[in-house]
Amino acid sequence: MEFFLVQTLNGISYGLLLFMLSSGLTLVFSLMGVLNFAHASFYMLGAYFAFQVSAKIGFWPALVAAPLLVGAIGMLVERWGLRQVHKHGHVAELLFTFGLAYLIEEAVHLIWGRSAVEYRVPAELDGPLFRIIGSQYPIYRGFMMLVSVTVLVTIWLALTRTRIGLVIQAALTHPQTVEALGHNVPRVFMLVFGGGCALAGLAGVIGGNAFVTEPGMAAAVGPIIFVIVVVGGMGSLAGAFVASLLIGCMQTFAVSLDWSLAGIKISQVAPVLPYLLMVLLLIFRPKGLMGTREG
Amino acid sequence: MTYQPLNLGRWIIWGGAALLFAAAPHLFPGGFALTMLTQMGVMILFALSYNMLLGQGGMLSFGHAVYSGLGAYVTVHALNQIGAGTFYLPVPLLPLVGGIAGLAFGLLFGYVTTKRAGTTFALISLGIGEMVFACVLMFPGFFGGEAGISTNRMVGQPFLGLTFGPGIQVYYLVALWCFLGMAGMFALTQTPLGRMANAVRDNPERAEFVGYNTRHVRFLQLVLSSFFAGVSGALSCINFEIVSAENVSAIRSGGVLLATFIGGVPFFFGPVIGAIVFVFFIVALSGFTKAWLLYLGLFFVLIVVYAPGGIASLILMQFPVIRAGRWRELALPYALAALAGLVALAGLIGLVEMVYRLSDQGVSTVLQLLGMSFDARSAPPWIAFGAILAAGLASLRAAARRVGERWGAIQLELQAQAAA
Repeated sequence: MEFFLVQTLNGISYGLLLFMLSSGLTLVFSLMGVLNFAHASFYMLGAYFAFQVSAKIGFWPALVAAPLLVGAIGMLVERWGLRQVHKHGHVAELLFTFGLAYLIEEAVHLIWGRSAVEYRVPAELDGPLFRIIGSQYPIYRGFMMLVSVTVLVTIWLALTRTRIGLVIQAALTHPQTVEALGHNVPRVFMLVFGGGCALAGLAGVIGGNAFVTEPGMAAAVGPIIFVIVVVGGMGSLAGAFVASLLIGCMQTFAVSLDWSLAGIKISQVAPVLPYLLMVLLLIFRPKGLMGTREG
Repeated sequence: MTYQPLNLGRWIIWGGAALLFAAAPHLFPGGFALTMLTQMGVMILFALSYNMLLGQGGMLSFGHAVYSGLGAYVTVHALNQIGAGTFYLPVPLLPLVGGIAGLAFGLLFGYVTTKRAGTTFALISLGIGEMVFACVLMFPGFFGGEAGISTNRMVGQPFLGLTFGPGIQVYYLVALWCFLGMAGMFALTQTPLGRMANAVRDNPERAEFVGYNTRHVRFLQLVLSSFFAGVSGALSCINFEIVSAENVSAIRSGGVLLATFIGGVPFFFGPVIGAIVFVFFIVALSGFTKAWLLYLGLFFVLIVVYAPGGIASLILMQFPVIRAGRWRELALPYALAALAGLVALAGLIGLVEMVYRLSDQGVSTVLQLLGMSFDARSAPPWIAFGAILAAGLASLRAAARRVGERWGAIQLELQAQAAA
């Protein structure tokens, strides 16, 4: 029982982290029609920046500075890269971010080397939060959940309650009208792209030390968040939320269960499960869990 | 039946291509050139099969290595079985085995991936690729784990006196299959299916209204493309005599996308150019510098931003100007732009190489570059190369503007002539 509880909490905290990544991706996709292939690379940049800043100043400044830095880089990329490619269509934009992912990975190799860096959980967050019978639950997992929920609630409030949030929502569906009303839609694009990148960067800050900070981390997480976007339904935030929690819990449980089926352990199959889920869903419900568009 | 006059130009081009395949090892003698040419042949086939999806069908795939890689795995097992004497098949026919294996997996996975189009297709193909890659590590019995499965291509009786021991024989095997594959894929573009694939790419809605099932067209196109990908996988298996997880990896899938796009997606022969450039980057440049992946990535991004039609489009753009006899006016602006580009490139190379040298622990920081020797830890080379790069970029900008002006003026005059 306590195993189940702890694993569920772990699954939810991982799922929330995944949602921080997939929500930015989904927002940018529905606003600009661009799938940011380098999204996971910004996650990696967040982790590395946090490592660098926390080594120099401390973890708490890093928690703020690293996402801001990543967001600024994202805005630069949108302003001086994506906007130039926009005239060539969506495929060119996707390929631009694909090339960018290559470049960011090479830059990380170049600056921080090819092996993992020692980005640790800060001492004040290290240790058990509570004990249930035999198992203990680490503080840091609770902290991750707290940060994710706070940020996501803030963003939800900002999107639904503030003026800029309403402009963004309007620009999602009617960019021309919003432009005619005197709003600078390209600047909205830039802000949202930068915001999505900052969100990915924040996920990197809190995920990098919970897992591992290495140059392969972008390539490891990237496909998973793309699967989440497909499973949830392209462009659906609610779908992305459900799919993130689903895949987060599924992977956490699969890794820790030692049941076996036909000689293969569940934990060995774990890496394939998200993709299998995607394939099954496509066969039985091609538009995704909460997607509206078919084809 | 309609009467079609003999298309002389097409015969000349294909005849020339065949001649080039036959003569290439003699034009570029030496062992290194031969390995490179063989790999180019394999890559050309692979990139062309990829362009059946991206260029002709509008399907951006991030998992095309699945079909070539699984084709290669089946081929390596077939080759080992031939070696063990289970059955006999002459080695030159092995690519057919790989092709059929690729086609079978195309039928299986294509059923799922082609359910959607556009960006969703891209993501699904990525997911399938990751799934297959994870499976390769999960079932070491068939896939041989990380190390892969090695083989020996010199099995059975020599076929027509060919043992496929020497590299030159492998080259001609690759060249033959590459040529056949090229011809086959070109022929497919002329069929109703090929034309419908174009229609589905350009306007799926109208294609549906004409009465075609767009999903079915995408599916057929993907299955045929995976056949040719499988052939290329089998050829790489015969060439390297080893197949490992790398063959189905996202790196391989990304590589073929880079190669195809650099060459030029809108044109049938674009991927041929792309494959040649790509193999040159991988094989030749990786021998000189550790930063080759960075250069390749930068080159790719430049192509995406400034020439989304790839190298092929840059070449084809010149033909109308040459035909009008106006190329001479462009020669000087082009030469200036090329010169400025070279200067900028020199600055960039200097900076990148110094950064790489500094990030490499335990290696001397003294570089030999362009016949000069300097220490990457001292400031002067950084200032010098930074200045060269800045000067190069500034003059490139000016030169590009000049080319653009001249180009625009010529285009306007040509249009005016055509209208008159």
